Amino acid sequence: MNPYLAGIGLGVVLLAAFVLVGRGLGATGAFNSIIAWAVSSVAPEHAQSNEFIAGYLPDDGSSPLKSWLLFEVVGLFAGAMFSGLLAGRAKVTTEKGPRVSVRVRLAMAFAGGVLMAFGAAFARGCTSGQALTGGALLNLGSWAFMMMVFAGAYAVAYFVRWQWR
Amino acid sequence: MAMMAPFLKYGTFGEETSLVLAFLIGIGFGFFLERAGFGSARKLVSQFYLNDLAVFKVMFTAIVTAMLGVTYLGWIGWLDLSLVYLVPTYLLPQVVGGLILGVGFVVGGYCPGTSVAGTATGRIDGLVYVLGIFAGMFAFAELYPWLKGFYLSGSGEALTLPGTFGLPYGVVVFAVVLMAVGGFYGAGLLEKKFAATGE
Repeated sequence: MNPYLAGIGLGVVLLAAFVLVGRGLGATGAFNSIIAWAVSSVAPEHAQSNEFIAGYLPDDGSSPLKSWLLFEVVGLFAGAMFSGLLAGRAKVTTEKGPRVSVRVRLAMAFAGGVLMAFGAAFARGCTSGQALTGGALLNLGSWAFMMMVFAGAYAVAYFVRWQWR
Repeated sequence: MAMMAPFLKYGTFGEETSLVLAFLIGIGFGFFLERAGFGSARKLVSQFYLNDLAVFKVMFTAIVTAMLGVTYLGWIGWLDLSLVYLVPTYLLPQVVGGLILGVGFVVGGYCPGTSVAGTATGRIDGLVYVLGIFAGMFAFAELYPWLKGFYLSGSGEALTLPGTFGLPYGVVVFAVVLMAVGGFYGAGLLEKKFAATGE
């Protein structure tokens, strides 16, 4: 799809979220809710005593899985799968350049995910929750964050070039 | 016209309904991410090698669309912008977080939302990336007592660009639109230049 058309579509979905529920899109929060659920299931006292995790446990004692962002991310999964199947783009594969083995590429993917988690935790959101949502609301922290995402990625892109081409 | 939105905040429907809407909104989110090609790590990282700037184009088109929407709906008095949640500002951790996240983006090939889209369309690297996020988030939580000081450095108020720079809201909106249009033009030039030199 033309990137500008896809952008307008995404923008309308984001606008719908603002108008309907008074919040934007997100992704990282859903991961946090699942972590909070897992930790509180295995070690409830440990979860309560950890401030970061406790922040994702509802005050009324209901399940941390009953989270808006988690429902939204489940929808994201379904919507992406629907679109991918419709376009014939869904297939089981590992995305990588020709010069790197699958094993190394997967190790890099894992490392990238770990870094992403720390970045998103410090920033209080990721590309969706901060850049997209906060960008549209003219949030100062979101704009600073967005510039830094591009800065960080461009700064190291050259050094991981072997992975992609 | 009477103020009506955000509907959830005005009690038009309750929390349970908002979860159903979350799922439906998520479907739209995932659909357009995948349509843009963002279920693919190679497409996403092309942004950082300058031969396909779709990430910038899609992101800024979406930001401008939603921004103009909320500005207009607020202006006609239909949407109360003060009831739309703003993430609180902790500038320093957000700047450092952005840098780390940017590195994670080009090292791993995805961001959280797109890794879910990649996983949904069969990308094994997307799934492994998701596992990495879980591992990292768990590690962050366990290390939180030591990270807390830095995590909480900043005012914690929800600051906006118009408020910080003392500019009228409309002026900042206009500036963002100009910047986006200029950026789209520049993106086209960059793509031509870097496509011509090949990979």
